[in-house]
Amino acid sequence: MPETVFYALEVMLNGLMAGIMYALVALGFVLIFKASGIFNYAQGVLALFAALTLVGIMEGQVPFAHLINAIFGTSFHTFGFKVPALVAILITAAIMTLLAVLVERYILKHLVNQEPIILFMATIGLAYFLEGFGDVMWGSDLKSLDVGLPKGIDETIESLTSDWFGYGFFIDRLDIVAAIVAALLVAALTLFSQYSKQGRALRAVADDHQAALSVGISLRFIWVLVWSIAGIVALVAGIMWGSKSGVQFSLSLIALKALPVLMLGGFTSIPGAIVGGLIIGMGEKLFEFLIGPLVGGATENWFAYVLALVFLVFRPQGLFGERIIERV
Amino acid sequence: MNAQIPLSSYTMTADGRKIGAVLMEMKNITLRFGGVKAITDISFDIREGEIRSIIGPNGAGKSSMLNVISGFYVPQEGEVWFRGARRPQMKPYEVARQGIARTFQNIALFDGMSVLDNIMTGRLTLMKTGLLAQSFWWGSAEREETAHREKVEKIIDFLEIQAIRKTPVGRLPYGLKKRVELARALAAEPKLLLLDEPMAGMNVEEKEDMCRFILDVNDEFGTTIALIEHDMGVVMDLSDRVVVMDYGKKIGDGTPDEVRNNQAVIDAYLGVSHE
Ligand SMILES: Nc1ncnc2c1ncn2[C@@H]1O[C@H](COP(=O)(O)OP(=O)(O)OP(=O)(O)O)[C@@H](O)[C@H]1O
Ligand SMILES: [Mg+2]
Repeated sequence: MPETVFYALEVMLNGLMAGIMYALVALGFVLIFKASGIFNYAQGVLALFAALTLVGIMEGQVPFAHLINAIFGTSFHTFGFKVPALVAILITAAIMTLLAVLVERYILKHLVNQEPIILFMATIGLAYFLEGFGDVMWGSDLKSLDVGLPKGIDETIESLTSDWFGYGFFIDRLDIVAAIVAALLVAALTLFSQYSKQGRALRAVADDHQAALSVGISLRFIWVLVWSIAGIVALVAGIMWGSKSGVQFSLSLIALKALPVLMLGGFTSIPGAIVGGLIIGMGEKLFEFLIGPLVGGATENWFAYVLALVFLVFRPQGLFGERIIERV
Repeated sequence: MNAQIPLSSYTMTADGRKIGAVLMEMKNITLRFGGVKAITDISFDIREGEIRSIIGPNGAGKSSMLNVISGFYVPQEGEVWFRGARRPQMKPYEVARQGIARTFQNIALFDGMSVLDNIMTGRLTLMKTGLLAQSFWWGSAEREETAHREKVEKIIDFLEIQAIRKTPVGRLPYGLKKRVELARALAAEPKLLLLDEPMAGMNVEEKEDMCRFILDVNDEFGTTIALIEHDMGVVMDLSDRVVVMDYGKKIGDGTPDEVRNNQAVIDAYLGVSHE
């Protein structure tokens, strides 16, 4: 087989890996949207905030150091110890859960029965607040995140494929880990929602609020639950993305790529989020490789949106979304 | 003051069922929506083991009353007493956890789930194993799930819906949906079962089945039932006592015979056809 075909294949594989990241963020969106009909604009910032907090804890950074130093004229920056990655991840997960409790108590609770657009605006507010809060808490400089995940080109794969096909595939080990982690996460979520008491309650709420209330489900508890899960999914996305490209503001922008993913996969479908993410990730890399040179490159910036638009025209409910039928 | 019935005493009905102490008592309930008075100063009680009906023309406030009992509406005035104690203001899910299950006039099922899953959700309040326990002791969670499944299968047999166990509820015809909704309410093993027009929109045969189920539930499980129904024949056959409402007011209360012969009821409701 000619070299270019292998190269295209490699490009696709790498795109698939990037797609996993989009899928993870989209997954957080879908969870919250399904259970509460809220389009959570803050999902991307949630990933940024989680990653910032994780780095801060691992580095033993003093939270609000700038603020404290400015007020008291001190110069604390770190506690002087490092926290092991696993412990720091657990603490961050706990903080994301606490955040979910606060979001429910101070925002959602007061907006019950409001129009979706109002809830959407509230999440925009939350996004800006969290962004600023993250900055003040941990500083706005670019941080590197290393939780000890394997990195770099996997030589085994390269030499094996080189023996088999005469073409060595370059695959980043981090991408492989990300794929495995994402698969595990989706499997865990599926098990949880299918077989646990809370998962069943969550599905019930996603289906019909009134009926859910009548069988004794507390909607407030479910909001906290989905926001916690979305926060933890954001943490996973933040770890993967942050390990790859560092933790900085641009991390929150992957949320913008999640939007076309959702249009493709449907706003209410978990498999849709995954498949949509993979299609977009792979599609944009392949498009850039095949068509990019003809139109002067940089197609990755817009390809996803155009693809989503095309989908909107022909299948507005997305690949897996429920068909929208207006009752007349 | 109502004449208080001593807690231990009960009366026998003609067909040999026991009617016990007051289970639920509504005292001077008034409910307004803006300027509209849906319920005006209504009091009545529901006794253990009985089938209590609420009847009245369209818009009389029957569903509103059921919604007050199940916590979906909060009355501006009045008290709700349950099992001998005044009930503080409660959310619908809290009322459900107290052992009060209900169905809806417009059917509220989980359309995306199978019949079986829908009925299983009825048992959520009875499931003990929490989130953490579930992830650490998978075995015990599984045993609990099996026990709940057995109960649900019994209800499925009881209501004769074996054939549609796995069908997504959204695809069922209206009559069967009503039956699944009843099954879900029964799955909670409620003390008090509230049914809002369980037979509306059904054909004669379906109505007969539903009547039989309601009587059997009351008889076999001793479940207290409060129901709203427009079909007079059905109401007179099923009920031990009947409350009659009109324009948000109570205009009659008593046994089917008493209500049938009550002049105010005849004038307001039976005399004039509202349907
Ligand atoms: N959520 C609500 N908001 C505003 N008004 C309401 C609401 N629910 C009921 N009402 C009003 O209260 C009155 C009583 O309604 P309700 O549904 O209780 O009547 P009903 O006796 O159940 O009638 P039907 O036999 O048609 O079901 C009506 O005037 C209705 O418009
Ligand atoms: Mg009604």
